[in-house]
Amino acid sequence: MEGLISYFITFAIFVAIWSIFALGLNVHWGYTGVFNFGIAGFFMVGAYTTAILTKDPAVGGSYSQYVGGLQMPFYVGIGASALAAGVLALLIGIPTLRLRADYLAITTIGAAEALRRVAINERDLVNGTRGMIGIPAPLRDVVSTRSDYYNLLFLGLVVLVLVIIYVAIERGIRSPWGRVLRALREDETTVAASGKNVDSFRMQSFVLGAMIMGVGGAMYAYNIRAIAPDTFEPFFGTFIIWAMLIVGGAGNNKGAILGALVVWGIWSGTGQLTQRMPDFLEVRVFYFRLLFIGMLIVGVLLLRPNGILGEERRVSIFVEREARREARKAKQPPGP
Amino acid sequence: MSMSVLAGRITDTLTTTFGRLRNVSDTGTAVGVWGLIGALFVWAALAETQLLVVGIIVGSILALGAIGLTLIYGILRFANFAHGDMMTLGAYIAFFAYISGGSIGPLSFGFGMILAVLGAAAAIAFVAFASDRIVFRPLRLRGSSPAILAIASLGVALIVRATVLLLWGPQPHRYVSGIQFARDFPFDTKIKPDQIFIIASTFVLIALVYLVLYRTKLGKAMRATSDNADLARVSGIDTDRITMWTWWISGALVAIAGVLLAVQSQLTPDMGFSLLIPLFAATILGGIGSPHGALIGALVVGISQEVSTGLDLPFPPGWGPGYKPAVAFFVLIVMLILRPQGLFGSKS
Repeated sequence: MEGLISYFITFAIFVAIWSIFALGLNVHWGYTGVFNFGIAGFFMVGAYTTAILTKDPAVGGSYSQYVGGLQMPFYVGIGASALAAGVLALLIGIPTLRLRADYLAITTIGAAEALRRVAINERDLVNGTRGMIGIPAPLRDVVSTRSDYYNLLFLGLVVLVLVIIYVAIERGIRSPWGRVLRALREDETTVAASGKNVDSFRMQSFVLGAMIMGVGGAMYAYNIRAIAPDTFEPFFGTFIIWAMLIVGGAGNNKGAILGALVVWGIWSGTGQLTQRMPDFLEVRVFYFRLLFIGMLIVGVLLLRPNGILGEERRVSIFVEREARREARKAKQPPGP
Repeated sequence: MSMSVLAGRITDTLTTTFGRLRNVSDTGTAVGVWGLIGALFVWAALAETQLLVVGIIVGSILALGAIGLTLIYGILRFANFAHGDMMTLGAYIAFFAYISGGSIGPLSFGFGMILAVLGAAAAIAFVAFASDRIVFRPLRLRGSSPAILAIASLGVALIVRATVLLLWGPQPHRYVSGIQFARDFPFDTKIKPDQIFIIASTFVLIALVYLVLYRTKLGKAMRATSDNADLARVSGIDTDRITMWTWWISGALVAIAGVLLAVQSQLTPDMGFSLLIPLFAATILGGIGSPHGALIGALVVGISQEVSTGLDLPFPPGWGPGYKPAVAFFVLIVMLILRPQGLFGSKS
């Protein structure tokens, strides 16, 4: 029983963190049509920024060489991660965001890989392939030493961050600003003709989504406590998050979170099964899961292109309020 | 002033500045880019002859992949992210079909390799065509955007890679074990017989593709579809047939590219995927839909990558051969800033 509970806490932490990434991607792809195939880049910049700012200074020698180690509080790490990922988005966006949508996909996937090369080759920047180990757990001294209790607290922290991001996106997307983004996704020319600066709106969405991914990277670093360039290979860094958004339903924040739950549920559930399998299957289970994620992406696009939940039809605080008022009026019996 | 207005102002200024930079006259950027390419070739030939030779080998392998990619991109109008993994699968199918023994002259492999290459080309031509029938065609008929097709191609890529991993495992393989010694050539270069085979066969293949594209009715129809699909359709071109041939040709070419790449180094499950950025860089550099553009783009990317390993740059501090995979990305970014439509692309 104990084991089951702690398993579920760990599982929930992961789902919440993947949800943050899926929400960031939803701002990009779901709401604005910004085609980001390099989530891993923003993920990585966020995670490393956090590690640099919150870790103890490097001991030196050949096993521990990195910049920073500033021992800053955990919230500084989160904020700085968002900022760093935002700056990266700005740098990538300036030359490519005005071009065809798929150029951005190619550029972001390339940028993510180029950044990974920097992390590997600049040995004294972030400790090269040895990675950053021992990232301090946020609020570790608040609870007793039992790791179950601490995990529960950490889950609360991740969920808090997730809720803040969720509410912020919901508010933003239901505002006039959000409707410009959605219009942009549908028809760029019309938006431009209505006097909106297309490039500027698209850039705002790209930077904002990237900042959310940066926060996701920070939370991931706090959770795993050890990151290395391998962590940010395209599969875990990017593709699984795309699978989550496609499965849940692009253009729907609840869908993004549901997708994270479903895909991670399948992924970690099948991981649990492996212990009961014969050896020759156990070593291959990872590849079966890879196969499955690929088939999931293709299958959903072919059979249920809008995902489980599909896009929300109406996104306006004002119209929703009016609709509720109308519904209430209709329900009330006519007055005397 | 609110934050969002401020953010808007900043992005406005940045994007318009870049817009102006890019609106420098069309011929101006073309001359500039051609000048850079010429300078690269001349400098490489003078200073790094050996690396130039390796760059031409890698570039000609890339060209086989990039020509297929640009045909799909031009005719079917989407970025096919499964192209790299098709290359991997092609190399592995040849690995499966290769009957070792004997050798052709000084080459490391025997006639079994010729059969294996042909088998792999046929198999991948079929797999690529099947991927269209099962995945891309239904999406196209539904009117899905190019981005949706690109995401679907990512799913196909994962399926192909998982298949390779399931059948052959994660460890590297080689067609033939043992070391082949390089021969001395003029200008202090050393080339292995296998590498001469690679260059020769890619140039024969490229010549064949050129003949098909520029000397047959099919090729004319393919180029017309790539230029303007609607116009091609109303002119009575059977676009279904064109689509089919596009997959067959690009599938066969990329499979052969995979085999040659594995002859040059070895087989690994991510060999093709890791070439995606060089392939796309070559395609965009040459201009989407332009086969000769893809050839030049591939040579530029291949040579830049190899020659970069001979450079001694002061920045970044850890500069070395480990940065090779980032060079294609750098070429891509430079091209997107200077001339996003590519060397032979239309301005639209």
